[in-house]
Amino acid sequence: MEILVCVRRVPDTSENEIELNAAGNDIERDELVYSINEADNYAVEEALQIRDRVGGNVTVVTVGAEDDEEILRRQLAMGANQAVLLYDEAFIGCDGKGIATILKDFVQKGHYDLILTGVQADDGAAQVGGMLAAMLDYPFASLVNAITVEDGRLKVSREIEGGNREINDVDLPCVLSIQTGINEPRYVGMRGIRQVASVPIPTVGASDLGIDDDAVGEGAAKVKRTDYFVPAASRGAEMLHGSREENAEKVLELVGAKGGLK
Amino acid sequence: MTRIFAYIVHRGGVADDSAAELIAAAKKIDATASPTAILTGWGPDFDAACSSLRSSFGEIWKVANQSLAYPNAELVRQALVRVLPPDSILLVPHDHFGIDLAPGLSIKLNAAFVSDVLAIDAADGNSLNLVRQEFGGQVSAHVRCDISTGAVINIRPGAFKPEASATASGVVLDKSSAVSALSARRRYVETIVAESGDVDITKHSVLVSIGRGIQEKENVIIAEELAEALGAAVSCSRPVVDAKWMEKSRQVGSSGKTVRPKVYLACGISGAFQHLAGIKGNPFLIAINKNPKAPIFQIADVGIVDDVLEFLPELTNKVREARGVAAK
Repeated sequence: MEILVCVRRVPDTSENEIELNAAGNDIERDELVYSINEADNYAVEEALQIRDRVGGNVTVVTVGAEDDEEILRRQLAMGANQAVLLYDEAFIGCDGKGIATILKDFVQKGHYDLILTGVQADDGAAQVGGMLAAMLDYPFASLVNAITVEDGRLKVSREIEGGNREINDVDLPCVLSIQTGINEPRYVGMRGIRQVASVPIPTVGASDLGIDDDAVGEGAAKVKRTDYFVPAASRGAEMLHGSREENAEKVLELVGAKGGLK
Repeated sequence: MTRIFAYIVHRGGVADDSAAELIAAAKKIDATASPTAILTGWGPDFDAACSSLRSSFGEIWKVANQSLAYPNAELVRQALVRVLPPDSILLVPHDHFGIDLAPGLSIKLNAAFVSDVLAIDAADGNSLNLVRQEFGGQVSAHVRCDISTGAVINIRPGAFKPEASATASGVVLDKSSAVSALSARRRYVETIVAESGDVDITKHSVLVSIGRGIQEKENVIIAEELAEALGAAVSCSRPVVDAKWMEKSRQVGSSGKTVRPKVYLACGISGAFQHLAGIKGNPFLIAINKNPKAPIFQIADVGIVDDVLEFLPELTNKVREARGVAAK
């Protein structure tokens, strides 16, 4: 099975306090810790496991810039067969549809049975996979938390409300967006990354894909972020500023007062 | 003004609470707007759901088709493409179904798509100004959306407060004839109901709930010791289940359990909206998190900026001391 995984490099929200920059038009990006988007990492692991069961190749692709090579190399170290960076000045300022358009043109230059994305990235939009599927006219399923290959089709489990799961039969080729927790992504150490240090990662641009500059980038974007802001706290917590011991005593008192001590 | 539609999720003949929230969102786009409900489904329950909306919508567009008896987003999308007028605005609840349906629908309609919207400023000609959150809710963003060829907008559940008094005497319009044969290359098979697990966190009045801040599986015992001292249960947020540190049955949130405790101790939990959606009944919420920017502090009653690995053992000691004294 030929599998394509679409990934993105994002500021790691579990490692960073995200703050606005002085101009308020972006977050403060100096000294941010970046990593592969968490859900995308699960998607790559799932692709590798499917390949190892049924054979084939895993290609990892990102729409990004030079800095994003580090996450592609990390996915090569995990075991992806190849990685491609989609970069062009014309791609800058894309909205979700722009990203999906670039990926659609890349997909049509190759042959993939299965395309995976993470369910959502740092903007929480959960949109590119579904858009890509619609552009390709492939079936789509989101929030996927289990995949089995059966008779050239997939049996796909989706996460729905209350911890319930929705089981679907999905024909290939298809696009699936992968939910976190679907598997246990393998660990990649520095040694593994050094071993793939010399593997070439080709950069593919707009002309290689035959993309009209007007179809993507800021000019084509119908959805634009105009600024970032921190909303005024409507209520906000009463913050305790005592010593750890004082705070613990206060919490104990509050839990008791709220009827929480049996 | 562009016509505004609200996609209504329904089950067992009853419209979801999100229906009223979508009306509230439509009023933010245009205060004079009377949004049109649009529903897909099949059978007597479906007819009942359509009729039930007559008191809150002026028009209800009913799209009945046997293949829509189960809401398979692939089929619903095809049906909506055939029924919706060009350049409409469609509001969809941002839940597991909306995530499945909406991005692809926007492509098929050649409409703009904005996901997980929390607030809407009034429309300004052909553009709409919206508010979203990014980076796990740590910052918000204003987004401008060009609606000249329509828009599909996913609305965050709970973000828009329904107006109490709105009443209508709506009519149900049958639009089913526009939708004949539907087929998809994704077929619904069955729904598997979640297992109940060893501890029922929905039955506890105090929850010690742990998140990513617990850092590793070996540290879960710190929360268990506190819970034992308090006579409480340990619950958790999604990253803890993803990492296989606790069972899925302990997860609080839209994809886990809905809980109604008296006291909720959020320990190393950032406060993603999917997690908060599982906390009902307005419990007293105490948040402990290393990150002073964690969104949980926006909604907590009491907050402490501290490392849960240090704070929880201290609290456990205090509880044990208090209980020891009380026992004498």
